[in-house]
Amino acid sequence: MIKHRIFIGFILFEILVLVFLFLHGVVAKNNRSSEIRRKRIIVHDLMLTDLSIWTEARYTRNPSQADLFSPFQDYPSSIEHFPAGSIIAPAPASILRGEFK
Amino acid sequence: MKKHIKILEFALSTLWRRKYKNLGIIVVFSIIVFTLSSILLLTYSFKREAVAILSGAPELIVQRVTGGRHDLIPLDYIKEIKSIPGTGEIIPRYWGYYYDISTDGNYTILGAYDRLYDSIRLLKGDFIKKGRQGVCVIGRGVSNARFADIGSKIPIVGSDGKVHVFTVIGVFDAKSSIVTNDLVIISLKDIRSLFSIPEDLSTDIVVRVYNPVEVNNIAGKIKSRLPDTRPITRSEILRTYDTLFDWRSGLILTMFSGAVLAFIILAWDKATGLSAEEKREIGILKAIGWETSDIMELKFWEGLVISSVSFLTGLIGGYIHIFFFGASIFSPALKGWSVICPKFHLMPYIDPYQVAVLLFLTVVPYMAATIVPSWKASITDPDVVMRG
Repeated sequence: MIKHRIFIGFILFEILVLVFLFLHGVVAKNNRSSEIRRKRIIVHDLMLTDLSIWTEARYTRNPSQADLFSPFQDYPSSIEHFPAGSIIAPAPASILRGEFK
Repeated sequence: MKKHIKILEFALSTLWRRKYKNLGIIVVFSIIVFTLSSILLLTYSFKREAVAILSGAPELIVQRVTGGRHDLIPLDYIKEIKSIPGTGEIIPRYWGYYYDISTDGNYTILGAYDRLYDSIRLLKGDFIKKGRQGVCVIGRGVSNARFADIGSKIPIVGSDGKVHVFTVIGVFDAKSSIVTNDLVIISLKDIRSLFSIPEDLSTDIVVRVYNPVEVNNIAGKIKSRLPDTRPITRSEILRTYDTLFDWRSGLILTMFSGAVLAFIILAWDKATGLSAEEKREIGILKAIGWETSDIMELKFWEGLVISSVSFLTGLIGGYIHIFFFGASIFSPALKGWSVICPKFHLMPYIDPYQVAVLLFLTVVPYMAATIVPSWKASITDPDVVMRG
């Protein structure tokens, strides 16, 4: 009658670790909220429009500015030249159609 | 209660008798949950962080389109836009891309605006003061790629074919890399001369709108008054990023569906039938007086033990992978061909709904796949079951 104790103990341990990790997430979010605010200020002051994650093509560097409307253009999920384009999804169809929402 | 604990104990003993097989299932199951949870946590926190940061983006940007291509916009358009009621400050933006042959990296060159000097934070060194030329502020990615620090020189070949040299006076902090990593900020005069931008043109125009409700209305008016323009609103930018990091896209979907298929194969293998040994075991239990409900409970515990251990281990692993190790397993795929790519220090945003969905998509089908064939065996005559 020892196995079930080990099992319950192990499950409780894993749940505790998970609760600890989620609490860590909450604390980290609170601690880093000022960091997010400062990044938002940088975006506001430098008038940036996109995240600097994929710098391999214009449409992956600035997906929100990509000219989705023009002929012969590239955009994520079109016939793809760059690996990052297969990771990121294209803009919503309404943006492609130039609708303001 | 004692009866349930005894059945659990028996279930654990049964699992332990086939420990290598069951440990194998736990390892595979955990890896599947790890992959699925990593994808869900990564895409969700990317999305949340992007939207949180980019809510500071300009309310409205006006681009000019000539012959279906983004073109430089005449500064005369500012007068026309200013005449639209509800518009605030209108600022021309100067920016462009530069391919650096020495590092194979692409930089984003940005012109600094007049009123920025003291507001920029997360920066080591100084920002460009008004009227100062020949200096630049660079992102951490550029700094690392060129081994450049404050005082270093950055040569950039201009549109005129000449080399323009800029002295680094500030480097953005790594914490801001997600927005500044590839930036090279120079003065307005420098960027005009570097890219040979005529005095009466700019890359695009930022329009500040005081009343957010009016943005779409103003964008529509700009489009009708200046038909060769393309207004991009902040909400469009945010919507783009909302769909950008979607688990249903491209490579992410490939990884996701691969993991789901692996799980389906695992569950299918369970559901298609019991091994002869398992059937004999059920037959013996029935023959010595176990009820069908007891056998069902035994199988329930067996399924729960494997799926709960795997689910929790996989989820813990996924969390640690994404938020402690910056998605290090995925990062070579995420990075693509980008030479300048930031390290991911993602904010731990967790969507309880996604965790619940993951739980229902993995634990419940596995338990069903364990219980159903056992139920079939346990309602059959023990003699028939034991003989196979």
